Amino acid sequence: MRADPAEYKLVSPHNLQGVLSLLAGDPSHWLPIAGGTDVMVLYSAGKLPNRNLINIWNIPELRQIEIFPHEIRIGAACTYTALRIHEIVSREFPLLATAASWTGGIANQNRGTLGGNIANASPAADSLPALLVYDAELTLISARGERRVAYRNFHTGYKQTLLAADELIRDISLPRRFSGYISHARKVGARNAQAISKVCLAALGQMAGRTIHDIRLALGSVAPVPLRLKETERMLTGKRIEPALVEAARKIVSLEIRPIDDIRSTARYRSVVAGNLVAEFLEKLAAEGANA
Amino acid sequence: MSPPVAKSAKSEVSFIVNGEAKKVLAYPMERLLDVLRNHLGLTGAKEGCGEGECGSCSVLLDGMLVNSCLIPVAQADGASIVTIEGMSAHAMMKPLQEAFLECGGAQCGICTPGMILAAVHLLEKKPAPALADIREGLAGNLCRCTGYMQIFEAVSRATRPRVAQ
Repeated sequence: MRADPAEYKLVSPHNLQGVLSLLAGDPSHWLPIAGGTDVMVLYSAGKLPNRNLINIWNIPELRQIEIFPHEIRIGAACTYTALRIHEIVSREFPLLATAASWTGGIANQNRGTLGGNIANASPAADSLPALLVYDAELTLISARGERRVAYRNFHTGYKQTLLAADELIRDISLPRRFSGYISHARKVGARNAQAISKVCLAALGQMAGRTIHDIRLALGSVAPVPLRLKETERMLTGKRIEPALVEAARKIVSLEIRPIDDIRSTARYRSVVAGNLVAEFLEKLAAEGANA
Repeated sequence: MSPPVAKSAKSEVSFIVNGEAKKVLAYPMERLLDVLRNHLGLTGAKEGCGEGECGSCSVLLDGMLVNSCLIPVAQADGASIVTIEGMSAHAMMKPLQEAFLECGGAQCGICTPGMILAAVHLLEKKPAPALADIREGLAGNLCRCTGYMQIFEAVSRATRPRVAQ
């Protein structure tokens, strides 16, 4: 049943301190809303349990992208459009810019935010595997202070995170040390725009001649959380790329992931596609290594 | 246990709609789409899916293409909004309308306001888009009549200089 707007409050503090004070007063009472691309879908369907919302759209501190010599800091309420058009994000973090271009259509990219994608914590979110391979860190802020956590530890289970009820994600930091890596992003879904992935891959690699010097792999939609393939990476590092290695990689990928059957795909299909995507990246690395 | 029900109060929202200053008294969580249609009588934006998948409620909010079904009206306070009704004076409107007519880009018409606004949003950034740009720019707008090819052709034709008959 359609929600009745008379039963929902939405307050707009217009600055970060105002938001944090409200959250500090009665944390379980409030749900922050930025671009609304997740929250409003639930609301419209009459399925939003929270009746008290805080508007965090247009809080200046959450909308900036700051550039430092060793890292960039992306405000949590930066939109996918802001990520796509940002020169340094596109140049040094192409996996993130590409994932932003996959997310929804243009209208949703103009409203959907990176922090929202992280807090919503869907294992199928397109931008999250990129954050894993880029070693992102999150700054979480509350009236109690702020703390910085490694993004790889942020998701503690299906739709569960380290975020306390009175905390907001303030920004996402990415170290600027991956621009020399070969990168590869692939989404497999029913269609490109507006379709949630069946499987998506973010991958980085560095070759030393024909040998893998460093490799970083993360997949979406294959586990309860966005998943870094640590065991596959360990097995591949220092190896020369040959057909037998690619086959061994497919096998270890299928053991490392925990896909399920759901409305978008099946566990079996996801497992095969996950192996194919990693194999495709290894072939790309081999080709680039041979050309170097 | 169901959560306690917050009784909300209406408040005044001021914005510019199609170039005119407007004030409405609305609940802050009323959807911009409903305020445009029910308070202001602007029925060009349609409700298709109500969940940001179909683009038939597209409007421009401070120049950005958005789905008005996903925007609480309080977030539009102080903004400038353009709906299809406000597009008649836009420089791209005549070529787009003519091209949509010539190519069969509109059939039942439900998606057309959103398609036109998505096309304008694209052409303002990329005046000479490739087919891939048109496909991407319109990918958030669903059409169940045309099969899309006529719409892509119309947007492409609207950007080409017209040959005198």
